[in-house]
Amino acid sequence: MAHRLTFKRDYYAGGLIILFGLVAAIQGPEYSMGTLVRMGPGYMPTALGIILIALGLMIAGSALITPGGADEGFLPADPQWKGWACILAGPLLFVLCGQFGLLPGSFACVFVSALGDRTATWKSALILASVVSAFGVVLFSYFLQVPMPVLTWSIP
Amino acid sequence: MIFTALQDLWFGFGVALEPHNLMWCFVGVLVGNMVGVLPGMGPLATISILLPLTFGIKPVGAILMLGGVMYGAQYGGAICSILLNLPCHPPHAVTCLDGYPLTKQGKGGVALGLTVMASFVGASWGITEMIFLSPILVKVAMEFGAAEICSLMLLGLLAGSTLARGSPIKGVAMTVLGLLLGIVGTDVNSGVQRFTYGAMGLADGIELVALALGLFGIAEFMNSINQSTEINTTYSHVRLRDMRPSKAELKRSFFPMIRGTLAGSLCALIPGTGPTIASFVAYATEKKVSRTPERFGTGMIEGVVCPEAATHSSVQGDFIPTMSLGIPGDAVMALLLGALMIQGIVPGPQLISEHPDIFWGLVASFWIGNILLVLLNVPLIGIWVKLLSIPYKYLYPSALFFVCIGVYAANNDMFQVGETLIIGILGYVLLRLGFHPAPILLGFVLGPRFEENFRRALLLARGDIGTFVERPISAVFVALSVLLIAVQIYVRLGPYLRNGMKTKAARIAERSAAE
Repeated sequence: MAHRLTFKRDYYAGGLIILFGLVAAIQGPEYSMGTLVRMGPGYMPTALGIILIALGLMIAGSALITPGGADEGFLPADPQWKGWACILAGPLLFVLCGQFGLLPGSFACVFVSALGDRTATWKSALILASVVSAFGVVLFSYFLQVPMPVLTWSIP
Repeated sequence: MIFTALQDLWFGFGVALEPHNLMWCFVGVLVGNMVGVLPGMGPLATISILLPLTFGIKPVGAILMLGGVMYGAQYGGAICSILLNLPCHPPHAVTCLDGYPLTKQGKGGVALGLTVMASFVGASWGITEMIFLSPILVKVAMEFGAAEICSLMLLGLLAGSTLARGSPIKGVAMTVLGLLLGIVGTDVNSGVQRFTYGAMGLADGIELVALALGLFGIAEFMNSINQSTEINTTYSHVRLRDMRPSKAELKRSFFPMIRGTLAGSLCALIPGTGPTIASFVAYATEKKVSRTPERFGTGMIEGVVCPEAATHSSVQGDFIPTMSLGIPGDAVMALLLGALMIQGIVPGPQLISEHPDIFWGLVASFWIGNILLVLLNVPLIGIWVKLLSIPYKYLYPSALFFVCIGVYAANNDMFQVGETLIIGILGYVLLRLGFHPAPILLGFVLGPRFEENFRRALLLARGDIGTFVERPISAVFVALSVLLIAVQIYVRLGPYLRNGMKTKAARIAERSAAE
């Protein structure tokens, strides 16, 4: 079987690892390497970076000699852009709305992330968000005493 | 020797039976069991979510609770795979093979009842092993210098990353990435800030909770959103009296239980082979030993009991290297060790003598927790079955909220929620590229100690890197690591090379035939 140079997941996997390795190996020496007897703070990161580059090359290299599998796409068969966006928006909104207290933070987080499901409706997300944030306020503010105001108007 | 161990165990029961410790143990197994039943939530995610909540409790209570979550989740996972054919947790994937057919035949209750028994038998053996083996290991490990610790860690890291799921090279790459992530933050020796890029929030390093929840929370949710198939609960009505096995069934499952337990405990002794491999090995052995191997997969009770006993015996056995050497075998153990470190306890061979209350309390709590689990699982089975039908669309937004508040509460710092988000995106990219992120945690937890011991070993040897092979014990560990790599290369690359030869030979033969 001829190896076509088409998309293979492991090329990118190896590439990503090489990238991480390069960052460490280039940044590492700036923290002073020291000697083997007295290692500086830069020694370990540089060494690990070089190992990562080697591993990345091996991953990409082994993809060259092995035939491609069935699932070589980076994105899954049915990309869930909306779902992913909603999941990622959850913590983001928790950070943003959390400035106004635990209640708005948790409500926004649950409401938006719940909308990511295919079968979710505005109503179901609204109900879930209300239930979870009520439960969350009782559990975390009253029982576990997490020092986060429930509701506040002043931006810190 | 045996007498002192029993005396220490007695002391441990004293610790574990203190009311507040008992309460945390109970909370742990209850939550673990509950979350283990929920499809799509594994012990890793559960322990990471609960981790921040334990910062307020004393170390003993915290570790008892987290340990309880871990083995509680194993009990719950079995329910999920037997009744729904959903292998929510990898160790229970084999249990589905014979468990679900049994459920379809209306014997799901019996299978569950026997599973609970097998789990208890397996766990009890694992705990016994821990009681007697750990002190011996500690005695040996006390003699270790920095070089030996370093090589032992190397062996542990390699075993943990190459024997787990997926490609071994990718596993090693993840471990090294974990080591690198462990370096982020202020260097203890020189005070230099490494890889913080001026961010104040990173000065103390990447937060363990943020890393764990990013990788096993957010990345997992992204991976499983809208992927859940319709859950079929038609067979999953199990009543309490359905669970009682008949005498014949008990007799049939007695020896498989013993065999599974032994397989599990053997796997626990090899670092890196956790419960998942143990359960597969146990199932394969049981099928070989059986007089009717062709009937496996059609609802053989042996095929359920044996892997379950193996899983539990290996779960308990995994604690041995973690607690006595300070070297975790898999990501869950790394997380537990990380929890201890957050509490200010230094893991390693000195842990048992310095904190006997933690070690022996934990051992004793295993037994108490396992008895609690048997007591919980039998009458509450109806409730667990109801939990099975909670759809994922309600589960993940709630879990996401717990992730956010948990990370925030760990340090009362919003920066860390953002950190979790970024790690989550990275984790999903890694998942899609065919990496299993679990070894990252292993490297991350061991990283700082590895660097420290590496530096010290070379300082003592005056910069002679040969010290690792000149010291005999260290040389053994290095040799084992090399052997491990060699075996992996042979196993993984062997077939490709041979195939390559064969196809080349075939091509030549074809060509000559055509001519």
